Amino acid sequence: MKVRIRFKKSGPVKFIGHLDTMRFFQKLLRRAGIPVAYSEGFSPHQKMSFAQALGVGVESEGEYFDLELIDNRCDGWSSEKIVASLNSFTVDGIEIADCVKLPEKTKNAMASVFAADYIVTIKKDCLPSFDLEKAIADFNGRDSVKIIKTTKKSERELELKELVYKLSIEENEIFMRLNASSANSVKPVLVMEYLFEENGQEFDPLSLMIKRLDIYDESMNPLSAAGVHF
Amino acid sequence: MRKLALSDEILLSVTHPERYIGNELNSVTKDKNSVKVRFAMCFPDVYEIGMSHLGIQILYGMFNSYEDVWCERVYSPWTDLEDIMRERNIPLFALESQDPVRSFDFLGMTLQYEMCYSNILQVLDLSGIPVFSKDRTEDDPIVIGGGPCTYNSEPIADFFDIIYLGEGETDYDALFDLYIDNKNNGGTRLSFLQKAAHIPGLYIPSFYEPVYNEDDTFREMKILDENAPENITKDVCMDFDGAPYALKPVIPFIKITQDRVVLEVQRGCIRGCRFCQAGMIYRPVREKSLEVLKEHARAMIESTGHEEISLSSLSTSDYSRISELVRWLVEEYRTKYINISLPSLRIDNFFLDMMERVSDSKKGSLTFAPEAGSQRMRDVINKGITTEDIMSGSGLAFKAGWTKVKLYFMLGLPGETDEDVKAIPDLANDIAMNYFDTVPKDERKGKRVDVNTSTSFFIPKPFTPFQWCAMDTREEFIRKAHLVKETMEKELNHKSLRYQYHESDLSELEGVFARGDRRLSKVIYDAYRSGCRFDSWSECFRYDLWCEAFEKNGIDRDFYTLRERSLDEAFPWDFINIGVSKEFLKKEYLNAKAGIVTPNCREKCSGCGASVFGGGVCFEKRNEAGA
Repeated sequence: MKVRIRFKKSGPVKFIGHLDTMRFFQKLLRRAGIPVAYSEGFSPHQKMSFAQALGVGVESEGEYFDLELIDNRCDGWSSEKIVASLNSFTVDGIEIADCVKLPEKTKNAMASVFAADYIVTIKKDCLPSFDLEKAIADFNGRDSVKIIKTTKKSERELELKELVYKLSIEENEIFMRLNASSANSVKPVLVMEYLFEENGQEFDPLSLMIKRLDIYDESMNPLSAAGVHF
Repeated sequence: MRKLALSDEILLSVTHPERYIGNELNSVTKDKNSVKVRFAMCFPDVYEIGMSHLGIQILYGMFNSYEDVWCERVYSPWTDLEDIMRERNIPLFALESQDPVRSFDFLGMTLQYEMCYSNILQVLDLSGIPVFSKDRTEDDPIVIGGGPCTYNSEPIADFFDIIYLGEGETDYDALFDLYIDNKNNGGTRLSFLQKAAHIPGLYIPSFYEPVYNEDDTFREMKILDENAPENITKDVCMDFDGAPYALKPVIPFIKITQDRVVLEVQRGCIRGCRFCQAGMIYRPVREKSLEVLKEHARAMIESTGHEEISLSSLSTSDYSRISELVRWLVEEYRTKYINISLPSLRIDNFFLDMMERVSDSKKGSLTFAPEAGSQRMRDVINKGITTEDIMSGSGLAFKAGWTKVKLYFMLGLPGETDEDVKAIPDLANDIAMNYFDTVPKDERKGKRVDVNTSTSFFIPKPFTPFQWCAMDTREEFIRKAHLVKETMEKELNHKSLRYQYHESDLSELEGVFARGDRRLSKVIYDAYRSGCRFDSWSECFRYDLWCEAFEKNGIDRDFYTLRERSLDEAFPWDFINIGVSKEFLKKEYLNAKAGIVTPNCREKCSGCGASVFGGGVCFEKRNEAGA
């Protein structure tokens, strides 16, 4: 049977990178005695797949991974028991929030990712000299915002207006809903960089505190809505 | 939530911020107001290295099992963070509480290799603790050193308040009680050290002053405080089954070298290789019982979630119940997706059968450590492995499908000739030949055999039969390495052979410090001040700065490395008693010169002196027919 786990990451553990977070969960699942299925072959590994990597330094309230359990060993395991038992073995800052059973043929977590919500806060000593509210209103008022996204491998032009679904600000907290699909994902830093540069101010990515709130599928349902409690 | 010592901005700008945040699984947090002793346990190297060390994990668990003690961890900040800490005046902190190290009662450092000496100063300096023991005040922690380098701690003795000689499992309890007592009675740092000098195994360097002869050799230790004993006997944990163990080791988030459950099956080694310090200082051999090892394995698999288990000791194949243990591990864990990593056991049919069962069809490298190429040289160093052992073992393994072999040797062994050096590539060639002889062409599946040879340079260490020997010069080391290389290129099977060797500059310094004396502390201090740290990291090692520091202090490196000592020379470490007597070491030195092999402890007791501890292999019923 396939389950989807939702977890939160906050505080100092935000500095733990994606691969190390995966390794943490592999060990956590073993400690908690969850009946995880293993792949066949010479070096069997747990059948587990993460929805999306979370950047180093970013907190989150909605991270996901899918897990395949061994059918004939699931007796006695409920959503509640899996959550409780993982939480009893975890470390401060990594909290298991939910566990649902996925129907057969559900797309895996990674393939389901379409969008994500973020809250971005600018550190008090780095606040911009321009009017951020106005900058955001300008952005929302425009029909097209083209930027160049440079990666290690390539440079390409992006139409931000097609990928930023929502951008708003309240009390120095910037809310963003961004495309997070594997083909077109946009990171909050990219949006902030645009806002700073458009307003003639140098941008320092270290001035931001970023928290992911949730990850959604194409119907804009949180990934955990694909399954049911058991 | 805990407040970190470093800001987000700093953490995001250094490599591996995970090194500095603590909070790992099984790390221990206590209420600082509810404990009486706060201990900062430091491995003076980078986090990933330090976290792989078993000894600290054992002591960490043991200290934290005491209600009134809170033990935390400290590692050397990498140079990127060090620069930031200096620029912004951030003091070095412990991982768990993130509190400054200077506010602790104790700072303990494990001294695993000589080339971490500059890092000791980095840790003290960044903590804001005076580097020299004599400059410390009542507000500074007691700085205590332990680990193998303490058996000659003279080069760094001036930086420590206490040196703990021997195994930490035994006396820390008494030391903490003494500390609490002394504090409650308004005692001073000095009164504490004076009382600590009475605890067996504790060496208080400031209570001793080395005296030298006119020719610069060591004469004797002058005792400056009436509390200090003339001789100090190392502490040994004789109830090895009952000793505390790291049953809940701290599990780092970052992948480290030792990412597995480690079962320590025994301490000490029966072999008596004459170059090996560990083989002498950890005598007598003590084993854990099978029952205890099974309990440890179960407890640790449960507390860690690790997917691999490995066995640890100086010579695991000598553990008397190794077959039973391996068989049990294989049966217990094979179906639970837990890998068993078998050490280089004696290669026989049992080993191959077990390897077959634990690792499916993945076949890694076979590892042999003949240490010397010629049988003559192996007799000199008392390495009880013969060419026949290697040929029959590798032959069996080749037939079973192995095609990779790793070989470890030392260059510069006492009395080594060019013929002995050339025997190294010859042996590698013979092993490759053995593959072609044992595996018929149609069974090779197009595979070639790979024989990888590495050499390190021999460094004479205190408390070994070679402590009297001269070390080779750097030039001689390199010449010999080139000789290996050139000879290998001419071997018949050279296409199957590969060779690598280490730099010799580092070995020279290691040689100086291994048998150094207290006059070297100034050199270490100056080298540190001029920028030396992380010397065992090639990207950080600055041989030129070290040379300057020696010159500045008028100290001749060759005096420590190139001089063959006379048999009656006094050594700075003679006042330490490791059980094994100087007379025995001397006898072994002479045996080496005569090429006489000494049997291992199970074959025949050679009367080394370690039986004074009253246990272990010395009191086993011996198999008179020979093992």
